[in-house]
Amino acid sequence: MKQLAIVSGKGGTGKTTLSSSFGALLSPVVLADCDVDAANLNLMFNGKLEEKYDYYGGKKAIIVQNKCDKCGICKKICRFEAISFENEVYEVDQYACEGCNACVIACPQNAISLETALSGEYYYSVIDEQKEIVHANLNPGEETSGGLVAEVRKLALKKAEEKGKDIVLIDGAPGIGCPATSSITATNYVVIVTDPTSSGLHDLKRIVETVRHFRRDFGVVINKYDLNPDVSKQIENYCLSDNIEILGKIPFDELVEKSNLEMKPIVLYENSMAGKAIKEIFEKVMRKLK
Amino acid sequence: MKITILSGKGGTGKTTVSTNLAYTLSKKYKVQLLDADVEEPNDHLFFNVNVEKEESVDILLPVVDNDACIRCGECAKACQFGAITSFPNATVVFKNLCHGCGVCSMVCPVNAITEVPKSIGKIVLGKINDNLKFGMGLLNIGEPSGVRIIRQLKKHIDENVDVVLIDSQPGTSCPVVESLRNIDFAILVTEPTTFGLHDLSLAVDLVREMKIPSGIVINRDTGNTNLIDEYAKKENIPILLKIPFDREIAKLYSEGKIFSEYLPEWEEKFANVFDTIKGMVK
Ligand code: SF4
Ligand code: SF4
Ligand code: SF4
Ligand code: SF4
Repeated sequence: MKQLAIVSGKGGTGKTTLSSSFGALLSPVVLADCDVDAANLNLMFNGKLEEKYDYYGGKKAIIVQNKCDKCGICKKICRFEAISFENEVYEVDQYACEGCNACVIACPQNAISLETALSGEYYYSVIDEQKEIVHANLNPGEETSGGLVAEVRKLALKKAEEKGKDIVLIDGAPGIGCPATSSITATNYVVIVTDPTSSGLHDLKRIVETVRHFRRDFGVVINKYDLNPDVSKQIENYCLSDNIEILGKIPFDELVEKSNLEMKPIVLYENSMAGKAIKEIFEKVMRKLK
Repeated sequence: MKITILSGKGGTGKTTVSTNLAYTLSKKYKVQLLDADVEEPNDHLFFNVNVEKEESVDILLPVVDNDACIRCGECAKACQFGAITSFPNATVVFKNLCHGCGVCSMVCPVNAITEVPKSIGKIVLGKINDNLKFGMGLLNIGEPSGVRIIRQLKKHIDENVDVVLIDSQPGTSCPVVESLRNIDFAILVTEPTTFGLHDLSLAVDLVREMKIPSGIVINRDTGNTNLIDEYAKKENIPILLKIPFDREIAKLYSEGKIFSEYLPEWEEKFANVFDTIKGMVK
């Protein structure tokens, strides 16, 4: 079984445009939407929900107030500034707590315990006979999105195995932190999407370094390349000098906006310039996976 | 006044709003712009920053003295992140999993663990002009989370300026929460698409939960849909500004330019955004 990931150093470069199109072109396939902070892929495919799972992320400390004698040790020991002292009570800021257990061990009154917190949900949905999707929703403010990404991938792999599908398409999390790296570990190939803005080039370099850090094979797609030919050229030069393969360039196409509004992958629009470019990129990537 | 700029998702125009606001407000006020998008900070690309200071952001990593260690396994049992394991011939720390919480050294019965600082990123501080101070955080490649960098960056908030603008990371997870802690107002940047609305509603949930007043900026508005207007009305959140879908603006942005500098009618519009916010925060 092959795993293909589509990532971008930053959101908004057109990653969903590309991954939804790849999703539409691939058949059979299991899609894994690892952009759990803002899961959008299922909106594009409108899969039918079949299974739902709770996701328990990290634990959080809780102080039982009537056991606490206000010695302040917990506040001093917590390295994450998660314990506050206001209005004469010690309290745990649920957002800042990393569940490390230091305060629990340190509290002389045994007033603190760690409790598991429900951090989100993940789902398995069926799009049609050939396509399935695993996606998730992280509760706002949760820190453990890397863990949830891992769950989504695990379930997608399991489904692919059960159903004998040989490709899993991962829509990666943006950025370079733990959700992003959880999306690319152990993949067979990574497609990096960038756009021709000066920040685009900056972000591209960071994600390239990250993908290299995890030793994955990868190539670059420049989206909306004609919006700024100068910066596109800069990106191409950078790729050339750094020995990075450019898989293709997608032209700016007003139809893409329409496809986003209509929630239909752009490759399904017959006259789309962008769709045509994406099909060519797709063929190339498929040859890489062989 | 401290304002955080966020968006349910990246690429909606957070950087555009942050840099244009910082630029236009600095004509009238003392402003500090802090780029807390530590995985991919971009704001500095739009300015000439005079860097005055850099500092490292460190966490404490445990180091095991394997001669002293009796392989009792207490550290591994206590660690909540599976970052330390006691094997028969050595006790090993997995640096990439370690949160630097200090629990293992707390529980070690023979004091075999010491802690040494390790840099996970840095803070860059400087000035753009006399009225505009700048700061940004940068996470090292391969490090899992920028929360601590944001926390340290926010320690550099200058209480003497009139406005502090914090450009947050995209999404709604813990780094965003860190950018929102103890601030007065949140600007939610979105696009008028179904995705935009979906991500916006996640951001709204978050600021509501944190009890922070907020307003919406619609970027790349085509006028083709009033999806966001309807939502804003229903949820009773003001729309502070609409930035049209405009090739000129997109081109200036792609060149790393602040568009209100070139299209002066926008200066007043951004200034008005701040006036609206002042009216709401009181
Ligand atoms: S360490 Fe325990 S007793 Fe002391 S302030 Fe914290 S919760 Fe209260
Ligand atoms: S569990 Fe750790 S992070 Fe949470 S409050 Fe206690 S010491 Fe702080
Ligand atoms: S410092 Fe904390 S996270 Fe790191 S190994 Fe020790 S107990 Fe685990
Ligand atoms: S707690 Fe201390 S002695 Fe025990 S295994 Fe860990 S490092 Fe070794």
